[in-house]
Amino acid sequence: MTLAATAPQGFLSPTGVEIVFLLVGVVTLGAALITVTSKQLVHAALWLVVTLGGVAVEYLLLTAEFIAWMQVLIYVGSVVVLLLFGLMLTKAPIGPSPDADSGNRWAALAVAGGAAAALVWVVVDAFRTQWIDLDTAQGSTGDVGAILFRHWVLPFEALSVLLLAALVGAIVLSRKNGTTNEESRQGSQAREASEGRREEGKS
Amino acid sequence: MHLAYPAVLAALLFCVGLYGVLARRNAILVLMSVELMLNAVNLNLVAFDVWLRDSLHAGQALTLFTIAIAAAEIGIGLAIVLMVYRNRGTSDVDRLRDTAEGPDDDTDDADDTDEAAAAAKKAEATA
Repeated sequence: MTLAATAPQGFLSPTGVEIVFLLVGVVTLGAALITVTSKQLVHAALWLVVTLGGVAVEYLLLTAEFIAWMQVLIYVGSVVVLLLFGLMLTKAPIGPSPDADSGNRWAALAVAGGAAAALVWVVVDAFRTQWIDLDTAQGSTGDVGAILFRHWVLPFEALSVLLLAALVGAIVLSRKNGTTNEESRQGSQAREASEGRREEGKS
Repeated sequence: MHLAYPAVLAALLFCVGLYGVLARRNAILVLMSVELMLNAVNLNLVAFDVWLRDSLHAGQALTLFTIAIAAAEIGIGLAIVLMVYRNRGTSDVDRLRDTAEGPDDDTDDADDTDEAAAAAKKAEATA
């Protein structure tokens, strides 16, 4: 529909934006590979920051400015911090943990490799002759804000209800249950009492 | 820009995330790989939105919604992982086999000892 302008472009004469996109893409993909293969759990979380930041730069190169800053704010700013909190609250080991990968690693590698080959083949075959026109910016903050609050208001409000529900759900799930807490306290008191008795018997 | 660049990058990122989901053992690393897959989908949405010059910017609006839903998902997911860790003393998805059928019946014993260890640990912590 918009892509009559396919004349002078080609694979063999990449533009500057394409070269930068390719370089940032290589960095992003490498960081993603380290994220899923690193034996050190905290390092995996920190390489995830590099991956998400690289994706934000790709958004900027695609002229989707608002999405890029949202990506930096929400993913790099909060999701990674939540993941690090989770790693520390589950007492993740600081050094390398040899059992980070499961035993079905080779099956996973086969599935992922097959999926990658199929997807890349289909995508390249389908969009071989399509070009994105980046001359006019498509995602400036003003545009996206106007569209979001003019045409997408109802989903936006539904999303705020969903976020509230998720917040309440997370609080309910992570709150310590009163009755089990009471039981475990009673159990520990009983154990203390029996240990005390044993020590008295020893002495 | 050629459309194949963002599309191929998104496909490869998705497959890296797929490998992570299937191959990782720690539940939090599985959640990180899910984030990678969601990012691949977001990149596709933005690229096709810019390509189509959609007047409603449906792709970018959907990307914002996906980012918000991913944040909600990571919050709930971490709460569940922390609860499992508190009850079982592990966040290893290979050892949460209560609903699994199979020939390996010894996993039940392992789970019992895990639960006992976790209960002892909790008792120590509250004492």
